[in-house]
Amino acid sequence: MNNSDLAQILIRAVQEADSSERLVDAVQELAAAGIEESVPTLIAALGYNNPGAAVAAVDGLIAIGEAAVSPLLELIDDYNYGARAWALRALAGIGDVRALDTLFEAAKTDFSLSVRRAAARGLGTLRWHQVPAEKLESIQTEVLEALLLISQDPEWVVRYAAVTSLETLAIAIAVTLPDQASRITNQLQQLLDTDADLGVRTRVKFAQQKIQQQQHQEVFAPKRKLQETEVEVPHRGGGRR
Amino acid sequence: MNSSPQKFEDLSPTGNSGDGESLTVEQAIANLESADLGLRFYAAWWLGRFRICEAAAVTGLIKALEDEADRTPEGGYPLRRNAARALGKLGDRQAVSPLIGCLDCSDFYVREAAAQSLEMLGDPICIPALIELLQVGLQGEQLISQPDLSQPYEAILEALGALKATECIPLVKPFLEHPIELVQYAAARAMYQLTQEPIYGERLVKALAGEKLQLRRAVLADLGAIGYLPAADAIAETLAENSLKLISLKGLLEHQVKHTATSTLSDGAIKVINLMDSLL
Repeated sequence: MNNSDLAQILIRAVQEADSSERLVDAVQELAAAGIEESVPTLIAALGYNNPGAAVAAVDGLIAIGEAAVSPLLELIDDYNYGARAWALRALAGIGDVRALDTLFEAAKTDFSLSVRRAAARGLGTLRWHQVPAEKLESIQTEVLEALLLISQDPEWVVRYAAVTSLETLAIAIAVTLPDQASRITNQLQQLLDTDADLGVRTRVKFAQQKIQQQQHQEVFAPKRKLQETEVEVPHRGGGRR
Repeated sequence: MNSSPQKFEDLSPTGNSGDGESLTVEQAIANLESADLGLRFYAAWWLGRFRICEAAAVTGLIKALEDEADRTPEGGYPLRRNAARALGKLGDRQAVSPLIGCLDCSDFYVREAAAQSLEMLGDPICIPALIELLQVGLQGEQLISQPDLSQPYEAILEALGALKATECIPLVKPFLEHPIELVQYAAARAMYQLTQEPIYGERLVKALAGEKLQLRRAVLADLGAIGYLPAADAIAETLAENSLKLISLKGLLEHQVKHTATSTLSDGAIKVINLMDSLL
């Protein structure tokens, strides 16, 4: 049996599932097969209002990776915010920069807090090595501006997600945009001092620790750091988890 | 313990929160006495939703607890229900005694709203009245033989747990066997709060593996409310919306932070943060 036959069988099992548990099982099996043909079915499973099936489908889409990005961007459901949040989660997990405009728009303007949350997270998980060197600074600046804005969202969970992304961005721009780094540290300090939500303030503390650890490593172990980076680069370009 | 996901999801004041009509504070307070019963009902909800803590709002809502004009065909009091719910959100202790009075109301939902709001107001003076209502379902220290559904036991048990009413442990415990699962969970939640014994937290963890999504959602809220750290992995893995898992885990995180003397993050807190990050 080739991949295509297998995909058809697994897709049919999803379509014919007649209980919530069977659906979860069928989507899990389809996701585990990791076949590109299954992408539209996995995307459809994001909209079944079945969190178990959606989690499995998101995992499957992330595993398929780049090949799932265009269909996700095309099939994103403008009328079902639950499905949209899962789709943005998948895009965030893949980290492909083609999703950037969708992430910006969703994080800033979507009415659903779960969509804004997933998009805010996605801005922190972009795979920067995909970006051509000459565009890197301008795109990182754009992401920084967006995250500074999103970190003032009225919903705690969106601010929380923005903090996780400010953390990873601070670490990413320590090399490329060192003069912008203070904007992140200032914003984090401001959140720590003024945010109404204890959960958000706690996450800020953790982010500050992570950023400091990173700076510490750069100051005290520059050589080791360089070596690690050199070894790591070809890896990162390769397969997706 | 309200198992509706809407309690948690997408009720952002900046988003489509459904406030089709925008009111001013003055209008809302005035509308509590409008000839239009619909406007009264809406105004009571609105004052709570936007937490209008002004004295005139509190006075108006307390007065609405005795409303006779707005009745359902079954004899319920819609305006009283909304007023009771709103008063819990406003945090004004003046409402405590009138809400205790509502525990005698003939309308189940008024009693339920009053118990929930008394929990929020946190004044232990209401404990004897709550116990009295709890005892409707008991013969001595056992459940009465016919399963009793006449009282809002979920809300009562939750309130007694939150108010740290340790004197009523023997009265709470029998409700672990109540035929309604949500009542059992409320009892487990209260027993954990009153005794700090892990057996009650574990009872809730076990319920996360249950069949019904609605019940899993309710248990997520319970575990978040009691901040039971050993539940962290089970919360992250249960089949439910990430939004609800995140709120539950935030409850664990905040509980950790509040109960750690040092300013450094505990291992438990860091574990919860990592789980939360993975669910964003």
